[in-house]
Amino acid sequence: MFDLIIIGGGPAGLTAAIYAGRALLKTLLLEKLVPGGLVATTEKIENYPGFGSVAGMELAKKMEDQARKFGVEIVTEEVNTLAVMEENKIVRTQGNEYQAKAAIIATGTKPKNLNVPGEDKFRGRGVSYCATCDGAFFKDKDVAVIGCGSSGLKEGLFLLRFVKHISFVEFLPHMTAEKILQARIKKESNVAFYLEHMLTSINGEGNISSITIKDRKTGLEKNIEVQGVFIYVGLDPITDFLKGVVELDQYNYIITNEKLETSVPGIFAAGDVRTTNLRQIATAVGDGALTAFMAEEYITKPPLAEKQHID
Amino acid sequence: MAELHLTDDTFKKEVLESSIPVVVDFWAPWCMPCQIVGPIIEELAKEYEGKVKVCKMEVDKNRATAAQYKIMSIPAILFFKNGEVVDQQIGVVPKEALKEKLDKLLQ
Repeated sequence: MFDLIIIGGGPAGLTAAIYAGRALLKTLLLEKLVPGGLVATTEKIENYPGFGSVAGMELAKKMEDQARKFGVEIVTEEVNTLAVMEENKIVRTQGNEYQAKAAIIATGTKPKNLNVPGEDKFRGRGVSYCATCDGAFFKDKDVAVIGCGSSGLKEGLFLLRFVKHISFVEFLPHMTAEKILQARIKKESNVAFYLEHMLTSINGEGNISSITIKDRKTGLEKNIEVQGVFIYVGLDPITDFLKGVVELDQYNYIITNEKLETSVPGIFAAGDVRTTNLRQIATAVGDGALTAFMAEEYITKPPLAEKQHID
Repeated sequence: MAELHLTDDTFKKEVLESSIPVVVDFWAPWCMPCQIVGPIIEELAKEYEGKVKVCKMEVDKNRATAAQYKIMSIPAILFFKNGEVVDQQIGVVPKEALKEKLDKLLQ
């Protein structure tokens, strides 16, 4: 029996672990892959205070070491279900069952698919969701980046080390990326921007030969010759295992109040997985600290019935 | 035994002509998710010693083999039996998922 189980080992989960460890809660953190989450696969982080520019892997490792230092047990297992029995939170993984008095969900998000014709066909053969993984395979090629949010532009800037030309396609009439990234990309010469356009198909036989995009104002379609397509159209929360357990919003993010409590007492949510306006390491870390504090309060406070009796 | 580092030159002998099943992890130093898979591959090399030959291949230094197998996303893990690709995994997955594939390879 643990005091607290944290599901997910990104910045939110690891920060919760550090605070829980220091509060001397008997804490288990379950991570399906490697501590750090999305951060561990980010090449370079420039907006986390105090670190200037830091490799994602390095920041993730530091957070993990810090959590372990305060006695948190970190186990690499994927959580299949979370249930509540009486007041206990029961977490099942493939091979094990764990119980705790409180749980923090910090499972984060995964890249969203666009679901256009050709996306599945060329997945891993020209369609990519990770420039730092696949960029070098597109040396001197023409590629498209779908989505001009911060992820799209950041990965696009990385791709420019390898590719000949990038066509950026954005659904909205404007870019949503951080202004500093917009300024950087606009300085580049070998880029083109198609704002208020949507991708309608990815075309080719054995390899990608072109994409078709549609002007959302005029309805006109055009083909652009590319050999690779990088897709950054947002994220989906990892909450499949929570359906029917805690309340989710229409996009399946976890709904929390200002104390980061979910609809179930003793279950809290932190970081990218909850309904929020900004999903950054800095905000995840804040969430992690608050959930650990609230979980400690939940675990140590006298049961409600007893309190009412005293009152 | 530690994992075996392959080159374009050793690929045929070590993989295609191997008497036991072979797993090849195509990776590169600049690929962040590859750094997550790397340690898992090292563990699997030890756990499946003598049963499966577990190998790594750096795509930058061995372009011919990567091109031959149309590798355009890494990490890409290819599973070979009698010189043929019988299964593959693109992208990072938990160790358990790779073990399942390895066990299937041994059946």
